Amino acid sequence: MGEPAKIQEPPAPVQPQEETISPWKEGWRKFRKNKIALVGTSIVLFFVLMAIFAPWIAPQGINEQDLPNRLQPPSSEFWFGTDDFGRDIFSRVVYGARISLTVGFLAVVGSAAVGSLLGILAGYYGRWVDTIISRLFDIMLAFPSILLAIAVVSILGPSLRNALIAIAIINIPNFGRLIRSRVLSVKEEEYIMAAKAIGMSDARILFSHVLPNSMTPIIVQGSLAVATAILEAAALGFLGLGAQVPQPEWGAMLAASRALLVQAPWTLFFPGLAIMLAVLGFNLMGDGLRDALDPKMKT
Amino acid sequence: MLQYIIRRLLQLIPVLLGMTFIVFLIIRAIPGDPALVILGQQATEEAVAALRASLGLDEPWYVQYFQYLGNLFTGDLGESIRTRTPVNEEIWPYLATTFELSFFAILIAVIIGVNAGIISAWFQNSWFDYTAMILALVGVSMPIFWLGLMMQYQFSLQWDWLPTSGREDVRDPVTAITNLYLLDTLIQGRFDQFWTVLKHLIMPGIALATIPMAIIARMTRSSMLEVMKSDYIRTARAKGEKMFWVVYKHSLKNAVIPVLTVIGLQTGLLLGGAILTETIFSLPGIGRYIYEGISSRDYPVIQSGILVVAFIFVMINLIVDILYSIIDPRIRYN
Repeated sequence: MGEPAKIQEPPAPVQPQEETISPWKEGWRKFRKNKIALVGTSIVLFFVLMAIFAPWIAPQGINEQDLPNRLQPPSSEFWFGTDDFGRDIFSRVVYGARISLTVGFLAVVGSAAVGSLLGILAGYYGRWVDTIISRLFDIMLAFPSILLAIAVVSILGPSLRNALIAIAIINIPNFGRLIRSRVLSVKEEEYIMAAKAIGMSDARILFSHVLPNSMTPIIVQGSLAVATAILEAAALGFLGLGAQVPQPEWGAMLAASRALLVQAPWTLFFPGLAIMLAVLGFNLMGDGLRDALDPKMKT
Repeated sequence: MLQYIIRRLLQLIPVLLGMTFIVFLIIRAIPGDPALVILGQQATEEAVAALRASLGLDEPWYVQYFQYLGNLFTGDLGESIRTRTPVNEEIWPYLATTFELSFFAILIAVIIGVNAGIISAWFQNSWFDYTAMILALVGVSMPIFWLGLMMQYQFSLQWDWLPTSGREDVRDPVTAITNLYLLDTLIQGRFDQFWTVLKHLIMPGIALATIPMAIIARMTRSSMLEVMKSDYIRTARAKGEKMFWVVYKHSLKNAVIPVLTVIGLQTGLLLGGAILTETIFSLPGIGRYIYEGISSRDYPVIQSGILVVAFIFVMINLIVDILYSIIDPRIRYN
């Protein structure tokens, strides 16, 4: 009789040669190399810090009137000059960052949340749910966005809060469509099938598997959408349908100073420049995020 | 091809119906009673009730919707509360203003954008490329209402090169035939007026063109770079063809699709941007028409104005889609 077979020792676990890099780390590595994206991020950070520390940066209050010093051109005392009430434009522009960034951010969070939810439902359940939601998106996208925003504000009444709601509503289909198409491809992955096979509930599959795997396009689209939202809020403010005087919202400041174009062009120059720079920052950062995280999104 | 067009037209029906329904809902949701707006605050209750009945406002909402839809089919867009004129009669001059402005803007955007994109791709990484692409990045972030104001300051108020606002010289008004003033002045042989109208269009046209121009330049550059690396371009070069012809004849043809996409996508932006541009340059366009309708609670004007603009937008997108499939038969959407 032969000797009893030796029990073979299990082979020692193979140590990975290289540390596996997560897609996020890989993305960050690519992002760091992209100079333009870093410029964008710096601009965004600049505005964020300005918004947070506005009370310390601004030399004067937003509605502090100094009538003897009205319509002063930019000088060492008043960096951006003063308006027709003698208010310091630099201080108002600094505080304006708070309004524009808050509106941009909240509007995008709102539209991303609602859009993602609708997109997930449409993509995951398909059939009539998909048909109804997708047609709704088609119809909403059939209206020029600013026109739809104007229509929404005309129902709700002109105010900053309502402008924010309007901007959130008009951006819903952009997120919805994006997530829907993402879900359609994620749905076919093996791990979703496995999750279904072990009897996981739909809600759990959606929120613990499908949603996290659809996060990159939401982040990329989100950062670009903040740029659009800031621009739209300024446009509504300019048309008198968003922030109301004396709020130092950049668009509303432009509208209030329109009559001063000949007399005091600086009252218009600086708020507009702030809008452009903030939008540029988010656009550059968003472009960089897209190239780093989701190059396929590039059209 | 015909089958494709028919299918696309059929797909449009639910979207168009949905649009009419949304516009109908928006108007119903705007606070305030149209009958009260028409008659004014002093109106007696009986008069308001009578007017509500004659306007069909006391009917259930679905009856109102179908009446509204029926009217639309017969081309009845309602009557403006403010001017007491049928909307379909008074809307055309406004639409014509916006058409002229948008067409001019798209023309600027395409001519400058496409050429800047081509030259950037041709001389990749040159100073021209860098400057053009930085300008394009700034361009897509531009608040056009601010650009408009700054141009007014510089070119009208400081240098006095261009008129500040309006469509024409008010001392020498254009006799309207089609309401497209550039065309009207040409038909009448009034070249002096043509020049004046053109000068009025330059600043609003550039303001409105900025964003599409920047996007077109970026898209053209990236698609040209791709095309120029392809084998047949190398063959054309090897055969000794001049670089200029290679770029403009061979490459450009293949870069048309992305550019067309942008033009299609930008139409909505353009129509929206027209509202802002028209506000700054006091142009009596469709954007102003709707905006003034909202300010004076002129419901039929808001309703029909929004619907007409959305309809045009949908139609332009349809035309762009059909053009795609003509230019590149590989593209057929389901």
